[in-house]
Amino acid sequence: MTRISVRVDGASYDDDVEPRTLLVHYLREQLGKVGTVVGCDTSNCGACTVHLDGEAVKSCTVLAVQADGAEVTTIEGVAGDGSGNGQLHPMQKAFHEMHGLQCGYCTPGMIMASLDLVKENPDPSEDEVREGIEGNLCRCTGYQNIVRAVQQAAAEMRGSDGNGNGHVAPAEVDTAAAPHVVGQA
Amino acid sequence: MTAVEERTGTTPGPEKEIGKARRRKEDARLITGKTTWTDNMVLPGMLHLAVVRSPVAHARITHVDVSAVREAPGVIAVFTGSDLAEEQGSLPCAWPVTPEMVNPGHPSIAVDQVNHVGEAVAVIVARSKTAAQDAVELADIDYEPLPVVLDMEEAVADGADLVHDHLESNTSYHFVFDAGEMGTGSDTDQAFADADVVVSRRLIQQRLIPAFMEPRSVVVQPQGDNYTMWSATQIPHILRVMAAMVTGIPEHKLRVVAPDVGGGFGGKLQVNPEEILCLLIARRLGKPVKWTETRSESLMTAHHGRDQIQYVDIAADREGNLKGLRVRLLADMGAYLRLITPGVPALGAFMYPGIYKFPAYRFECDGVFTNKVPTDAYRGAGRPEATFAIERIMDELAVELGMDPLELRRKNWINADEFPFTTVAGLAYDSGDYETATQQALELLGYDELRAEQQRRRESGDRVQLGIGISTFTEMCGLAPSRVLGSLSFGAGGWEHAAIRMLPTGKVEVVTGSTPHGQGHETAWSQLVADSLGVPFEDVEVLHGDTAISSRGLDTYGSRSLVVGGSAVVKAADKVIAKARKIAAHLLEASEDDLDFEAGKFSVRGTPGTGLGIQEIALAIFAAHNYPEGIEPSIDAEATFDPENFSFPHGTHLCAMEVDTETGFVKIRKYACVDDVGTIVNPLIVEGQVHGGLAQGIAQALYEEAVYDADGNLTTGTFVDYLVPSANDLPHFDTGNTVHSAPGNPIGAKGVGEAGCIASTPAVVNAALDAVRHLGVTDIRMPLTPERVWRAIHRGGDGGDRATAGSNAYGGAQTETTAGVSTDASSLGGDR
Ligand code: FES
Ligand code: FES
Repeated sequence: MTRISVRVDGASYDDDVEPRTLLVHYLREQLGKVGTVVGCDTSNCGACTVHLDGEAVKSCTVLAVQADGAEVTTIEGVAGDGSGNGQLHPMQKAFHEMHGLQCGYCTPGMIMASLDLVKENPDPSEDEVREGIEGNLCRCTGYQNIVRAVQQAAAEMRGSDGNGNGHVAPAEVDTAAAPHVVGQA
Repeated sequence: MTAVEERTGTTPGPEKEIGKARRRKEDARLITGKTTWTDNMVLPGMLHLAVVRSPVAHARITHVDVSAVREAPGVIAVFTGSDLAEEQGSLPCAWPVTPEMVNPGHPSIAVDQVNHVGEAVAVIVARSKTAAQDAVELADIDYEPLPVVLDMEEAVADGADLVHDHLESNTSYHFVFDAGEMGTGSDTDQAFADADVVVSRRLIQQRLIPAFMEPRSVVVQPQGDNYTMWSATQIPHILRVMAAMVTGIPEHKLRVVAPDVGGGFGGKLQVNPEEILCLLIARRLGKPVKWTETRSESLMTAHHGRDQIQYVDIAADREGNLKGLRVRLLADMGAYLRLITPGVPALGAFMYPGIYKFPAYRFECDGVFTNKVPTDAYRGAGRPEATFAIERIMDELAVELGMDPLELRRKNWINADEFPFTTVAGLAYDSGDYETATQQALELLGYDELRAEQQRRRESGDRVQLGIGISTFTEMCGLAPSRVLGSLSFGAGGWEHAAIRMLPTGKVEVVTGSTPHGQGHETAWSQLVADSLGVPFEDVEVLHGDTAISSRGLDTYGSRSLVVGGSAVVKAADKVIAKARKIAAHLLEASEDDLDFEAGKFSVRGTPGTGLGIQEIALAIFAAHNYPEGIEPSIDAEATFDPENFSFPHGTHLCAMEVDTETGFVKIRKYACVDDVGTIVNPLIVEGQVHGGLAQGIAQALYEEAVYDADGNLTTGTFVDYLVPSANDLPHFDTGNTVHSAPGNPIGAKGVGEAGCIASTPAVVNAALDAVRHLGVTDIRMPLTPERVWRAIHRGGDGGDRATAGSNAYGGAQTETTAGVSTDASSLGGDR
């Protein structure tokens, strides 16, 4: 057992962990941070993505001991300026607005990866979003609405110097859902 | 307490919810990480299971020693096949497609023989998941190898090795549908004898893995003689019935809950061995237990889909008038029959004629046992295979006749004024307009420009060739009329149940038997009820997925939820209104017949200013101080809806594909589709379902294949090798809709869950072939890997297997000495 100190979603934890314990298992099983999920055992799916000192990492590829002294943000700490409660982050809002999720299993990882992407590239093109989230698999959505969501969130985040309170200019993203519905029976 | 409030003037009713792109209610918990996945669950004293699995495909178990496991730290118990043999029964198969069908039985845990890699041979129970997993390698089990049966064509040959040596052959059943014999068409052999042109093809539907993102997980809690099972399942209701029958636990002592479920696609339409094992072990130990699979376990042991060899013959005259269709299938069952394993190809039987007017049709299918994990439902289940076959062979016929593939289709499809139309397979197609959908799709794609570009590239001998693929499809959805299912020997009905509870504060609880796992029922059902009852969308809560809350239901599959489950909700709402009408008449002192109900309010016709909201009536009847004699003080209602026919969504899917003739790399240039799914309740959800379906259908064409090596090991056992596409592997989709409402249900919906997946695969393959056909290519096996495409272009044939048999990419080390040697059979279309 090794002793580690980490801050997760704004709270401090001191814990004994086995040296082999993965960060994702520490988060889920020891801290009850079950918002972060496991989708594979080969680091391919990205469902477990969290931020480690501000950088997106697949938490199944990091040992808990490697997070010693670090600041971890999970999906549970994204809303309300890090408290996890209160106002949704523009990225969460955009996934909701653009129907960027169906079953939602990939969503925590997808949102965490997208936040990192937008930090690096505040105005990504469709292709840049597709490339940027390549490490995260979604089996439900076919990705198109995820791409729309990331672009919409990026626009909103740009709109107010990164404070996330701006409004997206409608022309900037393709927000039309089922635009070709010709009529209703 | 004043239940009746005087209102003056008419308040404008809420705008229509049906057709509105409502953002989903479900999202709030899913985007904040406040979800209840089964694996999140922790119960006091809970123990963790790990499964010891067979490393060999076919063998007798000769020796089992788990004493070292028992001694391992943290291990509480270990169970082998013989420990559970007496009580495990057989996993159910609910669809005996023929009376003679052979079912070898399916133990949850192997007792003396294993029949596929990954079959459970022991279960370890420990204090933690890691302790259980650590002990797996301590199990000492000896196997005496038996010959491994993998290839279907070899498996049905005389003298073949047997998967189950107590059976006479590897054939489980022989299913025939003959339109001539059924009276829905003319004699097929005669039609072929008389035809000018016959085209025959052998098409391969490779084996796929549903690969839902949330791995399967089960928790069982015993409480006295009661058991609660939480499972990541699509089918809590069916699971409850089946688990009760298998284990002998009385049904009323068993509650099944599907909490938030992370995708299914048919893959969680199953009664899993591990669900039964958890139940048996929880019963033995009297302790709560949990099992959650790893991704590798999931790919290896959760059921697979597709895996058919299709021999398709089509007959026509010189002018392109279709004369007959003949289909013979070999369908890989895997080692056992699971819940609807044999029914999947049989369900497809009725869809091979597609949207065309064939005078004659015959379908035959052999269900074949092999030493692989069983196949079962995967998005579309039988219908994608049928659509692929018919849409591929229509293109082949067009080539043979020298006709434009669209012209050939147009010449033979059912015209808009011919609905309802009874097909040669005996199905009554409900409504649609193939021409309009096709026109719109052509415009969306920019068909004419792309055809011109294709011509230019072809003439200049461009390294990158362009092709356009067409798929004009229909499918049978809304599973299903119970009597029809009965006539097909399915073990259950196809109705769905709903209940509506009007709470005293006017809020509404809707209980549905259709259990969602990403489809957005909570949102769409709220829209339905908001319109029916005239209550705000926000005032509706949808409850589902727990047999203690929603006692009756048949769950979610086969694009049935809205069509059948949504209709039950609408019917229940009608009953609520009918009951409330009596109360309203009493309170308004008017005759029932003089009441109008609009926008949630009863008013007396011709008396402006009168009115009583249904939410107010809910409170009045809760108090029950003043209601008519002779009726019950409740306006709650329930309804069960059993459709009289299937619904038949249709659409035209077009794919423009670039093929790099030097590298074999294919790239979708543009994908456009126009689907008719009937009335659209929520366009956002409909579009999302189409997108997701397209992704999976395109993935079958381009990326995914479950590959077994010569020893029966799954070589695509992780996400490194089983290529679920990422955002970067898929194109932008241009989608559209036409709307012809379904006459068979009160909503007019046809179902959308499977459309994209069914339609897209042949469009993509047809596009690739269209790009390189002039180079002598006649077929390319799916998935269209660069290697296969390159081989097809440069060496002819269909591009052969995914990799040269014996090479590492094909499946690594083999027992045969031919490893690494490319033979014609292996590289040019030989089958594994
Ligand atoms: S669980 Fe971490 S990448 Fe899949
Ligand atoms: S929403 Fe289901 S996996 Fe992405």
